[in-house]
Amino acid sequence: MSGVTLTQAIKKYGDVQVIHGVDLDIKDGEFCVFVGPSGCGKSTLLRMIAGLEETTDGQINIGDRDVTRVEAADRGVAMVFQTYALYPHMSVEQNMGFGLKMNGHPKDEIKAKVDEAARILKLEDYLKRKPKALSGGQRQRVAIGRAIVRGPEVFLFDEPLSNLDAELRVDMRVEIARLHKEIGATMIYVTHDQVEAMTLADKIVVLRAGKIEQVGSPMDLYKDPDNKFVAGFIGSPSMNFLKGVVSGGQVQVPALGGASLAGPASLPADGSEVLVGLRPQHLFVQAGGDHARLDIRERLGGVAYDYLITPDGEKLVVETRGDEDIAEGSSVTITCDGTQAMFFDATTEARLR
Amino acid sequence: MSPVLQGILTILIGVGGCIAYFYGSNLILDKLIFPARNDDHGRNINRATMVRPWLFLFPALFALSLYLIYPVIGSFIRSLYNRSGDTFIGLGNYVQMFSEDGFRTAFLNNVLWALVVPAAATFFGLLVAQLTDRLRWGNIAKSLIFMPMAISFVGASLIWKFVYANDPDIGIINAVRDYFGMAPIDVLQIPFWNNFFLMVILVWIQTGFAMVILSAALRGIPEETVEAAIIDGANPFQIFFKIKVPQIKGTIVVVWTTITILVLKVFDIVYAMTGGNFATEILPSYMMDFMFRDDGRATAVAFVIMLIVLPVMIWNIRQARSEMR
Repeated sequence: MSGVTLTQAIKKYGDVQVIHGVDLDIKDGEFCVFVGPSGCGKSTLLRMIAGLEETTDGQINIGDRDVTRVEAADRGVAMVFQTYALYPHMSVEQNMGFGLKMNGHPKDEIKAKVDEAARILKLEDYLKRKPKALSGGQRQRVAIGRAIVRGPEVFLFDEPLSNLDAELRVDMRVEIARLHKEIGATMIYVTHDQVEAMTLADKIVVLRAGKIEQVGSPMDLYKDPDNKFVAGFIGSPSMNFLKGVVSGGQVQVPALGGASLAGPASLPADGSEVLVGLRPQHLFVQAGGDHARLDIRERLGGVAYDYLITPDGEKLVVETRGDEDIAEGSSVTITCDGTQAMFFDATTEARLR
Repeated sequence: MSPVLQGILTILIGVGGCIAYFYGSNLILDKLIFPARNDDHGRNINRATMVRPWLFLFPALFALSLYLIYPVIGSFIRSLYNRSGDTFIGLGNYVQMFSEDGFRTAFLNNVLWALVVPAAATFFGLLVAQLTDRLRWGNIAKSLIFMPMAISFVGASLIWKFVYANDPDIGIINAVRDYFGMAPIDVLQIPFWNNFFLMVILVWIQTGFAMVILSAALRGIPEETVEAAIIDGANPFQIFFKIKVPQIKGTIVVVWTTITILVLKVFDIVYAMTGGNFATEILPSYMMDFMFRDDGRATAVAFVIMLIVLPVMIWNIRQARSEMR
């Protein structure tokens, strides 16, 4: 078992650079999730670690070994693909044993390892079946089994749950978490779903446009984001961003009826604009007033999400726990828990602390 | 009436007739036979829906049976009669045919053709499809290899006649022999091996066909399965033979059998190159030797060819069908 280290990893397709000097240290046994919007380079980065994409510049280490120019098969990694990538003409058993067979392991050993993986993943009854005869969840389990059988140092998951329906996705998420606990190997997991990232990760890497925005534990990123992008990406529903104006060490927020919030020490000069970030649960709505209009109320049972539109056209989402009736379309007053507000520079979008 | 007008009129009558048939028969079915009114309307709509496909398929089925099944039966009956067609001789034509050396040679040669040509054309087609898959100039190479498909068999035979020419100034084989100081030979007269020189022509033509179909099939293989195999440690040969080929097996079988059926029909190449001399006869060219001279014999040969093609054909259709699923 070993960790993964990236040093100034760069990927170019011709003249187009898609990964801009990524530095990252993933510890042995860690569950690391790459998250970001589509096209941010998270899958490319994973494929560079797998050896399916050539690394243009920089260095990739698995454990102590420099694997930057090593063949994919010799890196000690196993990969689970979004589309499962099972070999359609082979049975479940053959699919899982293929890697060992290619590396010339004896038959008894292959069988023992396949049986062990099948036991862990509860696939014993399906060993003789072809992938075609399996459900989506079973196929993904076979794909994971194929990875386990090879006993890799690092597991790579490329959006493994995207092709499953919502219910199955939750089941498999739990199963992957259990697997990580049981095997304890280093795992790198790519997803665009921040819920998967939050629930699975020891360490989240937020990527945007081929650059790392922030690295940290899920709660670190949630509570202490470095910039507006991370703040908006982590947490569901997303954080609200409102325009504010600095005046006398405080920040006035027009959307909240001109309420003044105590700002951090590093506020810019009076009169300059900043962005105020407030999570939906730190905003409160009362009937009456003229701060905003209640557009739609989404009731989820325990909580409801109110979608508000201010006279300036700014949109807000507020989490409401009580179920007092406010008619959709009526005007409301918004208040907030000012101590929970985060402030961001209006141009650089960096956090002001 | 001018031929142009005649043509236009024919088209109008033909197309108009088709439209009239489909529209009229549909109308009769819906309004007269199973009208959708009164108490029975629900059942009548269902019944009309069940009849409709047969109604619309009828012209095609009728034409196919008339032009396919009738000739088969007609040929079989004709093959039971003698040369002039007025005396019934039972299986006499077949008995005589099987006892002849010429037929046996043609039959064995044909078996050889049916084994070698599809195998070689499919193999080369697969090879080219795989090798040109990722090349920038792959499409140009493929176009060149596909081109012989557009040449008629007789035309191709004429081209290869020059290649095989018994003259070092024309034929490349003898030019090479000449370079090494060997006397020119006529490759088409070398017993047994001359068959293979003829097969080369058909392989040359059919490789393009196999290549196009197999190339499309190779592109259809999910890239991830190949990447998974790379990570699993398979080398390029193992990826090709253990991951790619099994996934396009169905297509390979369809290509193989399609070419086999074609092989069993080709007579032009033998006819144009050797005229069936030097023991290069195959069944279709053997049949041509009798056509219009002894139709009883010719139809008997035709019937034997059909019996050979039939199982291959059925297999081909089955495979093509399971491909579509």
